Amino acid sequence: MKLIKDFLRVPVWVVQRYLLWPLAAVRRGVPIAMAWNDPQWGNSGKRDGPPDLDELWRNFNRRLNGLFGGKGSGGPQGGGGGREFNLPGGAGVLVVLALLLWLASGFYIVDAGERGVVLRFGKYLETTQPGPRWHLPYPVETVEEVNIEQVRTVEVGYKNNVKAKVLAEALMLTDDENIIDLQFSIQYTLKDPEDYLFSNRHPDEAVKQVAETVMREIVGKSKMDYVLYEGRADIAARATKLMQELLDRYKTGINISKVNMQQAQPPEQVQAAFDDAVKAGQDRERLKNEGQAYANDVIPKARGVAARLLEEANGHKARVVAQAEGDAARFKQILAEYNKAPQVTRERLYQDAMQQVLSSTTKVLVDDKQGGNLIYLPLDKLMQLTGAGQSGLDIQPQPAAPQSTPNTTTPQDSLFRSRDAFRSRDREARP
Amino acid sequence: MKNPLNLIIGLVASLLLFSLSVYTVDQRQAAMVFQLGEIVQVHKSPGLYLKLPFVQNVRYFDTRILTLDAAEPERFITSEKKNVLVDYYIKWRVFDVEKYYVSFNGDEVRAENRLFQTVNDGMRAEFGRRSVHDVVSGERDDVMNLLRAKADQDARRFGVQVMDVRIKRVDLPTEVSESVYRRMDAERKRVANELRSTGAAEAEKIRADADRQREIIIAEAYREAQKIKGEGDGKAAAIYGEAYGRNPEFYAFYRSMDAYRQSFAGKNDVMVLQPNSEFFRYMKSPRGGK
Repeated sequence: MKLIKDFLRVPVWVVQRYLLWPLAAVRRGVPIAMAWNDPQWGNSGKRDGPPDLDELWRNFNRRLNGLFGGKGSGGPQGGGGGREFNLPGGAGVLVVLALLLWLASGFYIVDAGERGVVLRFGKYLETTQPGPRWHLPYPVETVEEVNIEQVRTVEVGYKNNVKAKVLAEALMLTDDENIIDLQFSIQYTLKDPEDYLFSNRHPDEAVKQVAETVMREIVGKSKMDYVLYEGRADIAARATKLMQELLDRYKTGINISKVNMQQAQPPEQVQAAFDDAVKAGQDRERLKNEGQAYANDVIPKARGVAARLLEEANGHKARVVAQAEGDAARFKQILAEYNKAPQVTRERLYQDAMQQVLSSTTKVLVDDKQGGNLIYLPLDKLMQLTGAGQSGLDIQPQPAAPQSTPNTTTPQDSLFRSRDAFRSRDREARP
Repeated sequence: MKNPLNLIIGLVASLLLFSLSVYTVDQRQAAMVFQLGEIVQVHKSPGLYLKLPFVQNVRYFDTRILTLDAAEPERFITSEKKNVLVDYYIKWRVFDVEKYYVSFNGDEVRAENRLFQTVNDGMRAEFGRRSVHDVVSGERDDVMNLLRAKADQDARRFGVQVMDVRIKRVDLPTEVSESVYRRMDAERKRVANELRSTGAAEAEKIRADADRQREIIIAEAYREAQKIKGEGDGKAAAIYGEAYGRNPEFYAFYRSMDAYRQSFAGKNDVMVLQPNSEFFRYMKSPRGGK
């Protein structure tokens, strides 16, 4: 019973505060604004002090009675209020039920990420956090729920898909009077639900308007190459800042979280030329690389050649010096022997050399004192014969040849033989 | 049963009367109370208000910021007699309800027309004074601020505040765009050619440099090699000189013998000899004498 009484306390207070009392005030001729400040009812907006229920109930009855010509029972005594109605029991229950239903319509739930904005008679009262809430039912208070954390997106220059371009929005003039094709999107959340609701008629549309004007302003102040290539991130950042400034000036309660540059490219009409220019850049790199490749091929090879030259020179030097040393050593040895017996050594060396020369060459011995005036020597025939390697041909007018077949001897043989010959001659010479 | 019936009738009647004598003004609105066509009260703040039933009526005005967004881009002529297509939006709101009502009878469309006229005229004048480049980039802000100030000043007389005038698009008409595209095309071709030819030039430079380096490397190596060879030759000559210098006459003999051996080494050499040479002296007589 106590619970119901407490529960009833509020609606009764509301009815009295906003319905009955002002009427009575009007009847009394009191201005309404003053009437609301009547200390009996506490100050507006504060719900902490509903007056004592019993007293209210009695007042209520009294006023009802007063209103309708004092026909209600005027009994001010007793705890239970219901009894003082003269309505039949069933009707009383109905009234209570209707009241309960009315009160129940004031419950609402603020979802996570949302805020409830409560208006009392159209005037902003408070903003409620997520959770189950209750407000004074219609028509006293109304609630508008605003999702502030949901990320909303606005697309500029395209619809749904970046390929589905909206050229009127996408084409922009740059500072150097070129035209570029730009697609971007804006993501935003709300930071101030009250501003969002009360300050602008269509706050969401403002985002797109602001986006267009800001982006065109920034692009209009930038060079084309900057927008297309290196400046994209910077442009997005500047756009975010400028857009936020404008939206704050309009009090939209909107917070731009991100500006995404989806695409920035030259218009289709000149796309091919731009692609070719990019390709030309690649070509340039390629040509340079080819040149570098050539250099990398040629220079190491040159170094190789240089190294070979040096090595060869070193080899030559070593060889020449070694030969010289060898020759010199040999000569010194022989010289030492020669000094001991110059005549003999000289003779031996001479004979030795001559033997080797004569034994290895084709020779024609002519004794002109013996023969006639003219001897026919078929030199060319001789050459042919020796060139063909024929052996055993001694065309010698002298019958006494020292050796019958000198032509067949190999150089080695002749070497051995000559050595033998030397020895034998030495033997001959000694005695 | 008479009392309850009376009570109910009385309740209904009073509720009806009550509903006719109170009204609320929303947070987003301002309200004006008319008494038989005459303005008696203006409410700028929201809340619950009372009025006399039947004789007083209330009109509401939206006080939020409204947007006037031109549907079609306007064509303006710049100082260099070029056409540009411009679209823009105006942010405005009702500032003084009474003036606003008197001026436009509370009709939003009429107010917008008026605003549009003002801004459009201002823009035509400003564009006529500037070049395309100025309105696109250089003086865009100036134009917008000027127009805002001008429009605001004008609109205040009608109880309207102009919050902002912003140019959205400044585009060239289609036929001009085509020539811009052609220019861009030519420009890119120039860039492409330049890139390619500088690439070729640089490649050639690298090649030439490589060739130069090769020549230098080889030539320097040759120099070094000749030097080394010379050293070797010199040293050899010194050695020979030292050894042969001990007996030049014998060396001449020794060297000649060697040279004869080397010179007549094959069967292709044919010697025609006379037996009276020194070599054959024993061939004639065992005495070797004459």
